[in-house]
Parts: sequence; C-alpha cells; structure tokens
Amino acid sequence: MKLFPQQQYWWPRPRFSIFLLVLWLLLVNSISPGQILIGAVLGWLIPFSTQQFWPERPHLHNAGRLLLYLLRLLKDILESNLTVARLILRNPDSLQPAFIRFPLTLTDEFAITVLASSISLTPGTVSAGLSPDRSMLLVHVLHVTDEQELIEHIRNRYEQPLKEILE
Amino acid sequence: MEMPLWLDAIVAALILAGALVATIGSLGLARMPDFYMRLHGPTKASTLGVGATLVGSMLWFSTAQGSVSVQEILITVFLFATAPVSAHMMGRAALHRRVGCQEKTNGQPWDEMDRLSGRAAQSSSSGESQR
Repeated sequence: MKLFPQQQYWWPRPRFSIFLLVLWLLLVNSISPGQILIGAVLGWLIPFSTQQFWPERPHLHNAGRLLLYLLRLLKDILESNLTVARLILRNPDSLQPAFIRFPLTLTDEFAITVLASSISLTPGTVSAGLSPDRSMLLVHVLHVTDEQELIEHIRNRYEQPLKEILE
Repeated sequence: MEMPLWLDAIVAALILAGALVATIGSLGLARMPDFYMRLHGPTKASTLGVGATLVGSMLWFSTAQGSVSVQEILITVFLFATAPVSAHMMGRAALHRRVGCQEKTNGQPWDEMDRLSGRAAQSSSSGESQR
C-alpha cells in the first residue's frame, strides 16, 4: 500500500461534506449566512485534506437500516450498563474474565471498526486487538460462562446486520 | 420561563441517574483486580452516565430557553463514537506491553502473539509482570 495514493479528488465525499455542514450548523446552533459559509468551507476542506487516510470508499447500502442498527445498539448499550453495573457491585472474585477470539467474516475496514466499537459498547466486552491479517478480533470479556454462545450472539446480533449494510 | 414541577422532577432524576451510573463506573475502576477488567467500567458506565446527564441538561435548556438545544445530543454521539476507540487503544497498548492479567483469565493471548510476531523467547525483558 502506498502512503500517498496518486489520485486526488477535488470534492471526494459529497455526502460526508453535507453531513459536516449540518453538524457544524447544529454545533453553532445558528443558520446565519456566515455560519453556513464556514460550515461549507469546513465540509469541503476536511474530506479534501484527509482523503489520503481513507483509501477505500465506504459502501453504504441502506442508510435506514443503519439507523435501525444504531437504535438497537443504543438499547443494548443501556442494558449493557445495567449488566456491567451489577457485575461491578458483585464480589470481583466471582467473575470469570476471559480473552476470546472472534473469527471475523467482515472484510471491509470500516465495517470492522464499527463492529469493534459495537462490541466495546455492549455487555461486558471490550475489543482489545485485531490480528495482523484482519481475520480475528481479540475481545476481553468481564464475565463469561459460555464463550461459544457469546461468539454466536455477537455474530448474529451485530456482525450479520453490518455485513448486509456495509459490504 | 417557569418550569412545571414534573419536568423539574424528570430532569433531576436524569441527572441523579447519570451521577449514580458514573459513580458505579468509577467504582469499577477502583474495585476490579486487573487492567483489562478495569477497562470495562469507564467505557460503558461513564458513557451512559454522561449521556443521562446530558439528556437532563437538554430537557432543561430546551424549556428554559424555549428553543430545542441539540448540542447535548452531539456531545453524546461523539462520546459514543470515541469511547470504544480509546478503550481499544488502551487494550492494545496494554497487550503490547504485556500488562498482567488475573491468573484465572481464560485464553490469555501472549503465546499466540509471540507466535504471530515470530519472537519466542524475547519476552523475558518485559514480561515479568505476568509470567
């Protein structure tokens, strides 16, 4: 992989630019012409100047389903907080921590990133490493009784939807 | 603008819940026996703790100023997007430096890492904490 890919686009990410513009207007909480101008410049400048860090274009098949995924994730985050809170208040000696290896079927880098983040935000699991060939995610679990079941759970609940949405 | 009592109560409940969750998260930081287990408390509990506080803040400012205040949602989104990344980086750094973990942890990854990176006996210089 070359550090600086040759191809430069003048407006590499139209959708990302619009997203940044909206984000900027929400941040400053105003829609005056000056702010729209600043937002538009930032929305162009940031994708343009960072395009070399994003060698692949993301494939987003279905934005609506991604939103659904995020809502489900939010619900899981709430549950996960209760689970972890209960585990913390319990006697730490009764916990069975483990490192488990999650064999990835995702190949897209962005999809793997989203999966790893989802794992870190949900019940008692933190992703701690990715094998150099990107085939395995190392996950630390705070308390686990059935590792196989946990792997299946992650696969069905997060990886499959992400595969359909992002690859 | 005058706040109705029930809204005041909801805001107070949200802020209290946020504080409680954040406290439990910090408690986890203090109570857990090894680095990797400590990682769990702050990544989750504190995101929700801050999240609940921010929702409370959003409700309050939206009523007090009469216009919807969305910055809090953005803060929450940024927090949710960045907390797992920092946890992942800390986990990686700890694995790399071979920070020790509890004896009973299943599936400790160090032998595998040695095999993958092709260095077998080199760990004696840095691995005294866990081997």
